[in-house]
Amino acid sequence: MVENQVQDSHIIQLDKKEKKLALYTEDIHVYYGQNEAIKGVSLAFEKNKITSLIGPSGCGKSTYLRSLNRMNDEIANTKITGKIFYRDIDINAPEIDVYEMRKNIGMVFQRPNPFSKSIYENIAFPLKRHGLKDKAKLDEIVETSLKQAALWDQVKDDLHKSALALSGGQQQRLCIARAIAMEPDILLLDEPASALDPISTSKVEETLINLKEKYTIIIVTHNMQQAARISDYTAFFYMGNVIEYDQTRKIFTRPKIQQTEDYVSGHFG
Amino acid sequence: MQSSIEERLTKKSKKAKLETFGKSLSFICIAFIVLVVISILYFVASKGIATFTQNGVSIGSFLGGTDWNPSGKGADGQPLVGALPMITGSFLVTFLSAIVATPFAIGAAVFMTEISPKMGKKILQPVIELLVGIPSVVYGFIGLTVVVPAVRNVFGGSGFGILAGTFVLFVMILPTVTSMTIDALNTVPRHYREASLALGATRWQTVYKVVLRSAIPGILTAVVFGMARAFGEALAVQMVIGNAALMPGNLVSPASTLTSILTMGMGNTVMGSLQNNVLWSLALILLVMSLVFNIMTRLIGKKGAMK
Repeated sequence: MVENQVQDSHIIQLDKKEKKLALYTEDIHVYYGQNEAIKGVSLAFEKNKITSLIGPSGCGKSTYLRSLNRMNDEIANTKITGKIFYRDIDINAPEIDVYEMRKNIGMVFQRPNPFSKSIYENIAFPLKRHGLKDKAKLDEIVETSLKQAALWDQVKDDLHKSALALSGGQQQRLCIARAIAMEPDILLLDEPASALDPISTSKVEETLINLKEKYTIIIVTHNMQQAARISDYTAFFYMGNVIEYDQTRKIFTRPKIQQTEDYVSGHFG
Repeated sequence: MQSSIEERLTKKSKKAKLETFGKSLSFICIAFIVLVVISILYFVASKGIATFTQNGVSIGSFLGGTDWNPSGKGADGQPLVGALPMITGSFLVTFLSAIVATPFAIGAAVFMTEISPKMGKKILQPVIELLVGIPSVVYGFIGLTVVVPAVRNVFGGSGFGILAGTFVLFVMILPTVTSMTIDALNTVPRHYREASLALGATRWQTVYKVVLRSAIPGILTAVVFGMARAFGEALAVQMVIGNAALMPGNLVSPASTLTSILTMGMGNTVMGSLQNNVLWSLALILLVMSLVFNIMTRLIGKKGAMK
């Protein structure tokens, strides 16, 4: 069943005029040294929707996600070509201020990575770095973002305790809260629930569904059910290519490509 | 003939015997090392304390006195064994060289881990390792021919003194402190950096506020380690410090350290005499101080780990 060449693919084109697009990419290639990890991916992400990227390990979905806010820049020997349009600006261009861009395109990682500071400081710290000094305003943002991440009720009495004392699921929701405190347009999540137990996972999922009213969410996941449960669109990655990109219910019920069907039904991968 | 499983279960096999043998072998080795360390400690301590018990020198006049002339006697009939000038000299060169070396070490380490890891690994790491390996007599020789005249020309005086010692020690401990700081920065998990960068922090903000902050225990350990090395360094310092057992009035007049007086004096005294015992007392101070440095690095490490 394993094919090295892409024979067929089905990628829906979201029209700029019909749908509001948060982000779209044109012909993204990512090279790690000699190795081409992403082989020309063009996708468009609709605003205020959740799009999940699925595919077997090593298919390039995380790499693609990380290139969307240029976190791959930090890895030596990486070259990214192609265009990433955000507000009609190519953010993959060299003259882009990546720090400003990352404020608008936030990211949450696979492993919860709170700073070893208090819960409050974890959220306030980046805001302070960006020049927000007003204590009352900081308090307010900390509260609203913790509420949005569905963590407020559990931590409101110990905001000044170390974030590392939280459970894994709470830490991950803290990281989500920290990301949304910056009020980004787009939230990128790299397998945010893969290190969590089922209860924490469902809480994180709930959080994400609530968040899509305000944000556009792109999530990489290994969990097929998770993609089916929470996302509006799904892209199936395989060997650095997108094989199929469509509305999630179509991907999971009537996929157009055989490989997709095999993967979502658990026959390979 | 194959013995039954029951039989083999209750008997010790060859492998099990080998296991016991290996265990006892490694135990013997560690016991030997511990024994050596304890005997050294005991020997130095008993000799060092003899100054106070046998020769009747008071601890106060040893630690607080400023006149050093073990073969002579003072007006009160007490031997002149005030070690304060050397203690001061040792601490001065140690702290000064650490103060000068730390910013350089942190800067170099940040460059090598955060800014240009590729060049850092390829070129700078070998250079630093080379610096660690240079024998101290070479450093001292360079200090004598380059640093001392330079100090003399710029600051006046003979050139020998605390300042020259500081410069030489600075170069000597820099590689140690740098490479340990590099290790400390490398142990900061990558996801800390990613967390910070993904929030739109600049590289400098990430380095300054996240990476360096969480590496503080490691960096402190590196500095204390460098200080321990500076404190115990004998040869190179002895060559440039001037070896006058006087209280250092300024940084460019000849002074001395515990180690330099030790190396100068140890060949010229008779075992059991006061002159010899008092050198052991100096050695005891060195030993105790290196113990203190050791405990300090441990405490810092523990405190950092608890976070």
